[in-house]
Amino acid sequence: MDRFESPGSAAPKLAALAASAALAVLSLTAPALAQSGAPIKIGVIAEATSVAGSSIPQAAQLAADEINAKGGVNGRKIQIISYDNHSSAAESVRAFQRAATEDHVNAVIASYISEVVLALEPWTGRLKTVMVTPGAASDVITQNIAKDYDHLKYTFHGYLTSTSLAEQVCDAAKDLLVKDLHMKTAVVMSEDAAWTTPLDAEYLKCLPQIGLKVVDHIRFSPDTTDFTPIFNKIEGEKPDVIVTGISHVGTQPTVQWKQQEVPIPMLGVSSQATNSSFWNDTNGATEGVLYQAVSGPGVAVTPKTLPFVAAFQKRFGNLPSYCGYTAYDEVYYIADAIKRAGSDDPDKLVAALEKTDWVGTIGRIQFKGKDTPNPHALKVGGSTIPGLMLQWQNGKQVNVWPANLANGKLKFPPFIKVGAAE
Amino acid sequence: MTLFWQILINGFAISSLYALGATGFALIFGVSGVLNLSHGALMVTAVVAAWAAGDSLHVGPVTGAAIGVAIGFAASLLTYFVVVRPLQHTRKIREEEREIFILTATLLWGIMIQQLIAYFYTDNAKTVAPIVQGIMSIAGVSTPSNEVFTAVVCWIVIALLWLLVNRTRAGKAVLAASMNPRGITLLGVELSRVYIAVWAIYGLLVGIAGVLLGMFLGISSYSAGPLTASAFAIVVLGGLGSVPGALIAAYVVGYLETITAYLISPAYRTIPALLLLVAVMYVRPRGLLGRR
Repeated sequence: MDRFESPGSAAPKLAALAASAALAVLSLTAPALAQSGAPIKIGVIAEATSVAGSSIPQAAQLAADEINAKGGVNGRKIQIISYDNHSSAAESVRAFQRAATEDHVNAVIASYISEVVLALEPWTGRLKTVMVTPGAASDVITQNIAKDYDHLKYTFHGYLTSTSLAEQVCDAAKDLLVKDLHMKTAVVMSEDAAWTTPLDAEYLKCLPQIGLKVVDHIRFSPDTTDFTPIFNKIEGEKPDVIVTGISHVGTQPTVQWKQQEVPIPMLGVSSQATNSSFWNDTNGATEGVLYQAVSGPGVAVTPKTLPFVAAFQKRFGNLPSYCGYTAYDEVYYIADAIKRAGSDDPDKLVAALEKTDWVGTIGRIQFKGKDTPNPHALKVGGSTIPGLMLQWQNGKQVNVWPANLANGKLKFPPFIKVGAAE
Repeated sequence: MTLFWQILINGFAISSLYALGATGFALIFGVSGVLNLSHGALMVTAVVAAWAAGDSLHVGPVTGAAIGVAIGFAASLLTYFVVVRPLQHTRKIREEEREIFILTATLLWGIMIQQLIAYFYTDNAKTVAPIVQGIMSIAGVSTPSNEVFTAVVCWIVIALLWLLVNRTRAGKAVLAASMNPRGITLLGVELSRVYIAVWAIYGLLVGIAGVLLGMFLGISSYSAGPLTASAFAIVVLGGLGSVPGALIAAYVVGYLETITAYLISPAYRTIPALLLLVAVMYVRPRGLLGRR
């Protein structure tokens, strides 16, 4: 019943894996075959049944088909091989091994879950296979590369690090909340996960700098179902805003925020809110929620953004999630790097990817250098990736920041009391 | 003082929901000896049906909830006829292995349902449109009206179930079957009819509990396992097969969780209840009101 080639779990497959692992060791020592005419294979390991993750293989396929329609890369077609990892790190590792050793992929695009990407990272070095993540955020991914560059240089971070996410949230909060609404206090509310540790650290640092005093810092388990105690506590502390770091926990915090009519706006990172289906999933409870994103419906971040969204919607019937944009870009710049490298050799591909300068759908893609604390992380801000702050308004995602890309103004549902501090 | 009322009110709502969910689970075990491990998946089915009705058919919250309950009811009967009944009747399984076969079958059935839902509706959490909206103030605590609605509906349904079991002939047959299945067949009551009745009642309970949970907290296909586990824990704590035991245990667990969430940290919410379960296993393995 799987739509995708499943990594499989049956015993015969394990045996085959062991055999192919032995073969792979042999083939790794052989010179890389720069087959002319042989397809360029890109493995896609993703959470295919989650809304955010399902966009990853779809967007990758869309990009591959577009490139192939224009004749491919030096006459070579791009072939996407998808594996559903069921959100599991163990299944992802098996899929990665199979992609590298059996399916002989040139590169892998993998996952939006930091824990999964961190589990795959050592395997990129062991199997000398390039991996780009379209959606994980933990800074540790690139910090690891700094510590052990020679082994881990095959990993590239194709999405913003948590620190960058927090910085963008602070930049937006400074303009929207401090300058315009004169807010003074905040509560940081994040799920307990690998990606929020650096996120919260940066929040606690940058919020006071922009003039928002952090009165409480709440970390909750991602399997929390009842948020009543958390919101009651926050209400008692009377902050002007709740700054969020939520993703894997799902719809609950948003739904209960509305149900309990917590009179405090929520702003921050809310990954699920980037999905166009979030309105229906929450029955409209997301009205007024502000969330950071690198793209949004109707926002022409670059000339490529809107054509991509239109093509995606025409083909799959829904809008891409945040990691749909990045996965689409990744296929393009991996193809571009293979073209520039002129070889299938993984080390040459790494060198070419490091020189990436590609205008994609979320901005201009450039990676940070080997000597920075976060090698292979995306450069953000300015002329690279501007970042947005969107708000759910009447069932639509409206961009309210930065001013030059905004297509609407801040608007809150009636139960929110803003301006108490004014 | 506000904290006290917050704990009292929130704890009551969540406990009532647990009670309703666990009652059906206890009833099935008490009467037919079946540990239905597809319990959580059936609840998720009801929630996703109610959500999908609102999402694609654009029906109102009441119709959506009714559709959810109806689908939960149908899924329960389907479980009985497709999974449980054939295993109860087949001669290919030895009598002493029958229970473990049914246990495994319901577990696999639950996983199948869960995967199907994830495939067609993704594993993102869904919320059922609430029938009542807004907030009200109880003893100075601003409480979502939906929370009060949840508690009230749970208790109406539990009261109706009590009336059914204790005041009607069919209900008394169910009660008798739970005490002595062989005895009831000697009285001329067909056991398989009792089973169908129990699974039908269970289906309604699962549907209603699921839809209420979908309105109150929201649910994803991932919730299937934890929901089964929590019903199982409550029923074991209360005494396997004892409905009053399950009710008491639901409140013990619900309040223990709420107190932990408020006074210690929401992150440790479930831990004390699990520790209590382990302790009960040691000290009183038959549970609070267990007969065996």
